[in-house]
Amino acid sequence: MEYLIRFSQSHETFRLPEIQALAVLEGIEMEVVSYSLDSPFCIIRLPSPSPPSLTTTTSLARKLIRRSILAMSIHELWGHGPSLSTLHATIQSTTSHLWPQYLQSSFKFTLDSYQGSRSSPQKVSIINSFSYLGFLGPIKMRNPDEEFILHEDWIFNSTPLGIPEPKYLYFSRYLGSGMRDLPKKLDLKKRRYISTTSMDAELALITANIALAAPGKIFYDPFCGTGSFPIAVAEFGAVAFGSDIDGRSIRGDEKKKTLKGNFEQYGLLGRLGGTFTADLTNSPIRKQPLGAPGGDGNRDGVKGRVFDGIVCDPPYGVREGLMVLGVRDPEKTPWVERKGREMYKQADFIPPRKPYGFLAMLDDILQFAAQTLVDNGRVAFWMPTANDEEQEMPVPSHPYLETLSVSTQVFNKWSRRLICYRRIPDKDVDPAAVKAREEENKPTGKTADELNPFRKAYFEGFQTPPATGTSTPGTPTTTTQTPPPN
Amino acid sequence: MKVLTLNFLTCAVKSCKSSSDSFPLHPKDAELASDDVEVNPQLLINLLPRLDWKALKTTSTELGFPQLPDSPPTIEDLQSDEKLLKDLHSLLMETNLMEGKLVCGVCGHEYAVREGIPNFLLPSHLV
Ligand SMILES: [Zn+2]
Repeated sequence: MEYLIRFSQSHETFRLPEIQALAVLEGIEMEVVSYSLDSPFCIIRLPSPSPPSLTTTTSLARKLIRRSILAMSIHELWGHGPSLSTLHATIQSTTSHLWPQYLQSSFKFTLDSYQGSRSSPQKVSIINSFSYLGFLGPIKMRNPDEEFILHEDWIFNSTPLGIPEPKYLYFSRYLGSGMRDLPKKLDLKKRRYISTTSMDAELALITANIALAAPGKIFYDPFCGTGSFPIAVAEFGAVAFGSDIDGRSIRGDEKKKTLKGNFEQYGLLGRLGGTFTADLTNSPIRKQPLGAPGGDGNRDGVKGRVFDGIVCDPPYGVREGLMVLGVRDPEKTPWVERKGREMYKQADFIPPRKPYGFLAMLDDILQFAAQTLVDNGRVAFWMPTANDEEQEMPVPSHPYLETLSVSTQVFNKWSRRLICYRRIPDKDVDPAAVKAREEENKPTGKTADELNPFRKAYFEGFQTPPATGTSTPGTPTTTTQTPPPN
Repeated sequence: MKVLTLNFLTCAVKSCKSSSDSFPLHPKDAELASDDVEVNPQLLINLLPRLDWKALKTTSTELGFPQLPDSPPTIEDLQSDEKLLKDLHSLLMETNLMEGKLVCGVCGHEYAVREGIPNFLLPSHLV
């Protein structure tokens, strides 16, 4: 049977990765039959159990989207077509065996017009055209047993253009809803403690879904700030750990406005595993060397690898250059280290930091993930890039990680991407890719700009030679209010 | 931080990582607090193969908890023995280290813990 997913028409490139992740999470083999970035309607197929049972498949459909942030609802698809008459023909020829079970149910008919509208008399006449279904039950506008929906997909601006009919139609029986309202619960505007770089609740929850956060799992955010991602994964049931090189972001005012206070606000304290002040390049997390590619199955695949998921929005190094522990130029400034040796045991000692490369940081995140994720565990992180193809930053790769999805949120001159990877079990790792990585040259440089191509492009205003027809049809070009880059 | 965290953390000093004595870190002057957390058997079952049992036994003893058995329970043990499950839950998920220090058994470095948050930043001569 085919099902219709009604998506929200926003964050388009995140929708499929999210629903595909949820299919993996629920162990559902979902096949995407038709999907397009510029439509909120997606047709999927779910496996039929043997013996065939519609109730089983129906519950799978409900399960599939129950945690989705971007899918509004899922429906049993009774028919679709380019016009109302072809739609009626399909419904009559393929679904008449379904009608009798709804004969006596209370029901309502709804018109879901995307980018279009109908007058009231039109609505009535359209709904009346379905009278052949023969339903006898009472019409109930609130909590009916069944809701039947005619979805209309109109072209953009159809009303002012005077377009009389939608370009495509679907007819469905409603089954279940996603979690479109969950972001409101975690809304930054009502959160006790946030900073300028806190990830908004909707995108944090989508990230948690894409990384498969779930009850019984262990998640970690190495750039946790005020805790946006740890909160999102905990909301979905995972136990969350977080660290930040800036301990003040975790501690806040040490009263109510703290990362812990945020967990308290949402009743999630039981799922806050722990937070600590640390630098990813000198991490206290226990790690094991990577197992040899193609290694035998006897090696304990998870020894020293404890995380089911790693989610983060690392600093982009625009406002402040990226920093790690160390001295920038130890030979020129020997006193810095000397002072450290004498003072470091004092409680108020602040360890010196040195600039750090953006690409080196991304590579460190991937290496860390490869060393600490369990088999098939996921790492999902955000990175910025210029919109112009010529300045676009490549998606980083790692031989122990398979790139699963790249989703993009577009602002005026730059974008940020959410990239998700899966930890490949050692036995499936390609030895040639490991060898290539060992021979690769590591980026070098000392100044913030040399180390960070995004920062450089940002301050140069993303100027490049005139673009040569780089716009791709179907790519969402909606721009959102630009947040300050991290 | 929950006691579970101590099973994931070692000394941040690179030269200590190769020595098995840098793990687990040893709590010193520890102040503990206890939270009421709902038991999640699935979490403990998932965690079991990832725990370093020997280190957990050390941590448990050092924090004044009753002796853990020498070898880790099996998943079946956890499923059938409710007391064992509760004890483990109470140690790992309900007990929080709030104040004190975490000491490396190799280099002796002391990581201060304040308000439940340890600080692992190192001076440049240890990086
Ligand atoms: Zn040490």
